[in-house]
Formats: sequence, structure tokens, C-alpha cells
Amino acid sequence: MDIVKAENLKYEYVQVDEEGNEEARSIAVDGVNLQVKAGDFVAILGHNGSGKSTLAKHINAILLPTEGTLYVDGKDTKDESKLWEIRQTAGMVFQNPDNQIIGTIVEEDVGFGPENMGVPQAEIWKRVEKSLKSVGMWEYRDHSPNKLSGGQKQRVAIAGVVAMRPKCIVLDEPTAMLDPNGRKEVIRTVQELNRQEHVTVILITHYMEEVIEADRVIVMDQGKIVMQGTPREVFSHVEELKGYRLDVPQETLVAYELQKAGIPLPDGILTTEELIEELEKIKQTPGESQKVR
Amino acid sequence: MIREITLGQYYPADSVIHKLDPRVKLAATLVFIISLFVFRSPEAYAAATVFLGTVIYISKVPVKFMMRGLKSIILLLMITVAFNLFLTPGTAVFRIWKIQVTKEGIVIAVSMAVRLIYLIVGASVMTLTTTPNDLTDGLEKALTPMKKIRVPVHEISMMMSIALRFIPILLDETDKIMKAQMARGADFETGGLIKKAKSMIPLLVPLFISAFRRANDLAMAMEARGYHGGEGRTKMKPLVYKRRDYTAYLCLLAYLVIMFLVNRLHFVTGILGI
Repeated sequence: MDIVKAENLKYEYVQVDEEGNEEARSIAVDGVNLQVKAGDFVAILGHNGSGKSTLAKHINAILLPTEGTLYVDGKDTKDESKLWEIRQTAGMVFQNPDNQIIGTIVEEDVGFGPENMGVPQAEIWKRVEKSLKSVGMWEYRDHSPNKLSGGQKQRVAIAGVVAMRPKCIVLDEPTAMLDPNGRKEVIRTVQELNRQEHVTVILITHYMEEVIEADRVIVMDQGKIVMQGTPREVFSHVEELKGYRLDVPQETLVAYELQKAGIPLPDGILTTEELIEELEKIKQTPGESQKVR
Repeated sequence: MIREITLGQYYPADSVIHKLDPRVKLAATLVFIISLFVFRSPEAYAAATVFLGTVIYISKVPVKFMMRGLKSIILLLMITVAFNLFLTPGTAVFRIWKIQVTKEGIVIAVSMAVRLIYLIVGASVMTLTTTPNDLTDGLEKALTPMKKIRVPVHEISMMMSIALRFIPILLDETDKIMKAQMARGADFETGGLIKKAKSMIPLLVPLFISAFRRANDLAMAMEARGYHGGEGRTKMKPLVYKRRDYTAYLCLLAYLVIMFLVNRLHFVTGILGI
């Protein structure tokens, strides 16, 4: 069953002047067809202004499509009576950790979502404990969010979404404002959630290193989906990605350049380990590499 | 570090008063203040002193902190005392030139001073022993009946708690903007009052813009997490009265009864003849 299904989704931003007249229109999402299976880890890549964030906001019904339809767990996001169900099914984590934490204490913030849903008090506490433990922030439950690091704050925000028991979590550039350590923390947390709790993850980012473990990578440019496939498939098209102003992971780039220089490496190398392994193989069979030279 | 400042004047300590339900403390403060104005005999003030002293002792908050609140009203206190002392007509105790001090004047001045001081100290006991968060929660719950006359109680308390959360963030931001402006040669230190006020404009404009942007983001994040007002909402930490809260209410009642009885004694008043 598809948890998220977009059919010919189109969204236009309309700019109006003070009298309410239309000034300009810009198409942010332009005819996107997308299907995400339950339990998948899907990464959406794209340069600034590619429409990836706009698409993400549709999944949580914050934005409604100008044209086309989006189904979340079989429910049309345009159906206002299902709005709260949809927001509960698809949780959303935003970019700025400071602007999405509501509570003055970590545990209160995590409890905010369940409180809104009208979950009974005892159950809220259970959920808060479970979700804080699942992101590894249980020890910080009585801290003020203001004293946490960026990565920790973002993990609290993720816990806040997890506590609502969503089937799907959409993360809109959750690491854009974090340092490398915080970035690793957050991505690891998301991966664990996906593997252990089988929550569908839709990760929106422009950091290539973060999507290596994804089941599927979708590349967006100017509101359209331009490439999709496994990370290996997508990253083997280095030139095409460069055309969309995206950088491939360093390892892939090194492998690509070596390939161009005539070393017989396979396409789509993603990690340092893989690269070393492949290079070792070539070293052990010197004859072959000699031949190529 | 600007981030470390504590809001309000909460003094963390482990005492019964700290643990009391905020509603009890709100009610007690109100009753105490009203009692000061209703019962005005010296005996009643003595009883109030005992009550206030006991509460301060139990609260484990140093008296020094209690007295801090008085600083702001010192001027008001002095003016009140002076006016009552010199301008009340009655039997003169002594007079210097045209200014006379009467017996009635002394009595009124002293009782006014005592009332004012107790009022401030009484309110301080509450704010020193209750976190701003608890206070907001207590207010929300205590004002719930006001919903019937369409007062948006839940919304007000939600706004208060969000404001509390964002004050340190915005302070931090002010600090950042100030440093950024100073790095580009802005001068916030020198000049007269008007020049200083003017130099605040390039600080306030970006701060306001950023505050609005944050508000927008936060509203979106709240909606995404299913916030739709106070209706159908459960509470993670509901305020529930415990035994100590009922005991506190009983103490409060006892205080009122004692005040009432003591006020009718007229023992001291009889001696002084006032």
C-alpha cells in the first residue's frame, strides 16, 4: 500500500499586491507523480528552489495542491474533515529547531502533539518516555530546550513527532542548520526509526552523504522530478547531477574521476569502504589494469 | 551569558510551599491581600505578621530575596507615610512651626506602611516559589469559568507560555544583531538619551522581522503537530489537588477566622484609646 501518492501535483505561489491584484505567479511544484511505499526510506534531493520543500508541506496538508491530488494513507489532503487524521499520519520536522519547539521543558514539548490529539494522560506519559528513549534524549527530559545543542533540539523535535505515532515522517532539511556532528546524530536517529519502528521516512535535503542509506532517491529540479532510483543508480550519473547543481558524495566523485582517467571501477560507488575494496581488487589483478592503460 | 537569566524571580528550593498547587498560592495571595485591607486593627496586623512570617520560614527562601521587591516601592512608601503623618488632622502630638504630627496621623501612616509592605512581600512569596510555567497553568485553570463569558483563557495562557519560551531566544538574537552592528561600526554606548534611542532603531527593525518570521514558523510547526485550540485537548500534567493542597486551604481558612476574631478584640486599641 502506498502511504503517499501524488497524482499530477501542481502548486503555484501567487504574489498579490496591496489591492489584492495578482502580481506574479511562480510554479513551485509542476506535475509531480510520486508513490511512496509504507516502510520505505525515501530521500528527496534538489537545489534551492527546486520545489522540494513545497512538496513536503503538501504531505502534511499545510499546503493544498493548486491542481492534482495528493493522497496520504488513502486520504485526499483536500478533504478538510480528514485534516487532523492526515497530520497525525504524516508528521513533519522542520529546518529550524528553535522555531518548532513549543514546550519550555523537553518532555512537555514531546507531549504537545499527543495532548492536541486528546490522548489520555497516562498514555501521553508512556508515549513521551518511549519516543524520548527512541531518539536517545530520555536523560534530558527535564531540561530546558534552550540549553540543548542544535542536534539535540532536532532530536527532541523528532521525538515530538514520533509521540504522535505517525506512519510517516517528513523531514524538511532537518540538518541544514546543524554542525557535522549534529547532522550525523539526526540522520542516525532517523535511520534507526525507519529500521526498528518501520516508520516511513521522507527526508528532504541537499546533503548527498545523508541519502546513501535511503531505499530510493528522488531528484527534483524546477518543480519536476528529474531522476529517481536507488542511490547507486542515481549517483552513477555524475554529469547529470552536476547539471542540476547537485554535488555527488566525495567518494563517488573520486571514483568517477578515476574511471574517466581509465581505471576500471564500477559505477555508483557510495562509501569510502566500497572505494577501497574496489581499488584493492584492481591492485591484486595488476594485469587487468595494465591492459587498460 | 545572556541565556542563563532566570525569568520572573523564581527561587528554586525544596519546600512545601514550592510544591503547592499554583491555584492554592494564587488564592492565598489574593485572600491575604484582601485581608490586609478588610481587617485593620493592630491585632489583625500582628496575626498577619505571624502568618506571613511562618509562610516565609516554611518556604526556605531567604528573607533577603523577599525584601528585594520592596526596593521598587520605597519612594511610594515614603510619600504615603509623609502625607499621612503630616496632613492628618487630630490631636497634635508635637508640632514644629506649621507642621504638626497628630496621633491619628501616626496610626494611619504606620498602618498604611505595614499594609503596603505586606502586600508586596506577600506577592513576592508567590512569585518566588512558583515557576512562571506553573503560574500560567494555575491561571488557566483558575480562570476556566471565565470561558463562559467568552474570555479566551486557553489562548491567553498558551501565548504566555510561548512568550516565556521565546524570551531567551530573542534575547540571544538581540545580542547577535548588536554584535553584528557593532562589528560594522554601530555605536550603542555613547551620546545622549535621544542619540542612544536612535541607535536602537537598526537593532529593533531586524529583531522584529526575525520575531515575525519565527512566529510564522512556530505557527506552522504547531499546526503540523495537530494544534487546533483548547478544545478536545488533554493535559500531560493536569493540575490535581493533593492532600497538602487541601491542608493549605484549611490553613488559609483558619487564618481568615483568626483574623476575624482577633480584629474584634480591640485590646490594644482600648489601651491606646484610638
